[in-house]
Amino acid sequence: MTTDLGQPAVAATAVRKAYGDHVVLDGIDLDIPAGSVFALLGPNGAGKTTVVQILSTLIRADAGEMRVVGQDVVRDPDAVRAAIGVTGQFSAVDSFLTGQENLLLMADLNRLPRAERRQRSKDLLARFDLEDAARKPAATYSGGMRRRLDLAMTLVGQPRVIFLDEPTTGLDPRSRRTMWEIIRRLVTDEGVTIFLTTQYLEEADQLADRIAVLHQGKLVAEGSPEELKRQFGGGHITLRFADPRGYDHAARTLDVVSRNDEACTLRVPSQGDVRSLRALLDWLDHASLTVDELQVHTPDLDDVFFALTGNPVMEQEPAR
Amino acid sequence: MSAVSGSVSTAVSHAFADSATMLRRQLRHMLRYPTLILTAAGVPVVFLLLFVYVLGGILGTGLGGPSGGRDAYVNYVVPGVILMTVATAAQGTAISVAIDMTEGIVARFRTMAIARVSVLTGHVLGSLIQTLLSIAAVIGVALLVGFEPTADFGEWLGAIGVLVMIILALTWLSVALAMVAKSVATASNMLTPLMILPMMGSGFVPTDSMPAGLKWFADYQPFTPFIETLRGLLMGTPIGNSAILATGWCALISLGGYLWAKKLYNREPTK
Repeated sequence: MTTDLGQPAVAATAVRKAYGDHVVLDGIDLDIPAGSVFALLGPNGAGKTTVVQILSTLIRADAGEMRVVGQDVVRDPDAVRAAIGVTGQFSAVDSFLTGQENLLLMADLNRLPRAERRQRSKDLLARFDLEDAARKPAATYSGGMRRRLDLAMTLVGQPRVIFLDEPTTGLDPRSRRTMWEIIRRLVTDEGVTIFLTTQYLEEADQLADRIAVLHQGKLVAEGSPEELKRQFGGGHITLRFADPRGYDHAARTLDVVSRNDEACTLRVPSQGDVRSLRALLDWLDHASLTVDELQVHTPDLDDVFFALTGNPVMEQEPAR
Repeated sequence: MSAVSGSVSTAVSHAFADSATMLRRQLRHMLRYPTLILTAAGVPVVFLLLFVYVLGGILGTGLGGPSGGRDAYVNYVVPGVILMTVATAAQGTAISVAIDMTEGIVARFRTMAIARVSVLTGHVLGSLIQTLLSIAAVIGVALLVGFEPTADFGEWLGAIGVLVMIILALTWLSVALAMVAKSVATASNMLTPLMILPMMGSGFVPTDSMPAGLKWFADYQPFTPFIETLRGLLMGTPIGNSAILATGWCALISLGGYLWAKKLYNREPTK
């Protein structure tokens, strides 16, 4: 099974899925190059997990063409299964078995050559910092350890595409950073393709080459983090004026996003670049206005999300 | 043509290899939590002791045999208690399948290129071994309290064969029921009637002593031919057409349970 480099790792067109009257996916297109990290961003209940379940052969779409590593998801699910690894939102480890036994179970099911099985599990235990816990039942593991074991089990079969469904949800900040580091190394060291879903904008920003925003069953935006920020970002500069006269003058003259009359503050749009900042400072100088405080807010994905969906991320949790 | 038969034989060998792997998984669970076997054996042993020592004196005399009393009753009740052991173990299987289905590990198995039904086959084969061990423990206790089987070597083999057949049937059924259940507690409850059935058959008293309606049910429900076949092999009582009926019931329940379980497993997760 050779794959030419030009072939996308995941390609999908017009994917639809509804549960009864509730349309979860309303025509999704995807084109993810091999060796890249793709993040599907959306609030809880947006259908991110459904996309992963469809692409990983767990459930069937109602309509659409889907290929993973060139194999048809519907017609040849076993070929797809042989090439993918899935680490879900709820960790898929056998709690009754030890970490090592879990890895050996995966080695058996992946039918690795006998001699390689122990070595592979040993390497993965070392790589994921689980050597000390190798002989303890997974039921005794912390959340972060379970996720690491979960991902290690996914890697036993050396998948070419890895689906990570909210890999850091519920983890503490330190475990989250560890997980990010592991994911980054997967891409650089092994050249796998990562399909990541997340509700954390920072996570997508940190890891992804490309991001798509899923909202009400559709991909409402797609691009690199920078592109999205540039396109939809609400970057701005906040100015606090020393006196109402200057504030009034500036409010009338500048292109204002929002104003606060009591505090004498104005927000003007900015992408956070030096050129526009200098132009603004020059203008203030020229008009002889005194500014007590200036804050530059560089656009982040929160702004993108807000611009696209009209809601802050955490406030939308539509019923399933 | 040869490519097709080649891929079929690969698929079959994969199915065997994957089922063996899943069986090893079940055996590891068993070794880690040996209390499961003790629990499966414990309930029937308690019933055995209760029936022999509390009720056995009277019930044994009521059997109308030449010796009567407690000694006669031990020999009468053991096959029923063995069937009760099978039912208790089936409940254990249902619980362990239900736990599996609620955990993410099954979602992982479903996204791997393995023989799909192997997860269930592993459960069934693991339960078979576990149930046979539990039965051995129950028979051990029975021998201590005066059970005197008349079976020769061939009849013992026959009894084991019949038990394997019954265990497979009830285990496949319990696997299917466990997947119908939405929770572990429901799965456990759904299997409770199975534990009552040996009592509502010829397990503890002859069906002739029952009121007409109950006798009719007792004579026609599958546990009665199961128990009569086992009793015949162990104690030399007449088997009649029980062996044929038992085989028929087992084939029917096994096939039905297997197909149902397989269908439920291949159904999409609803979430």
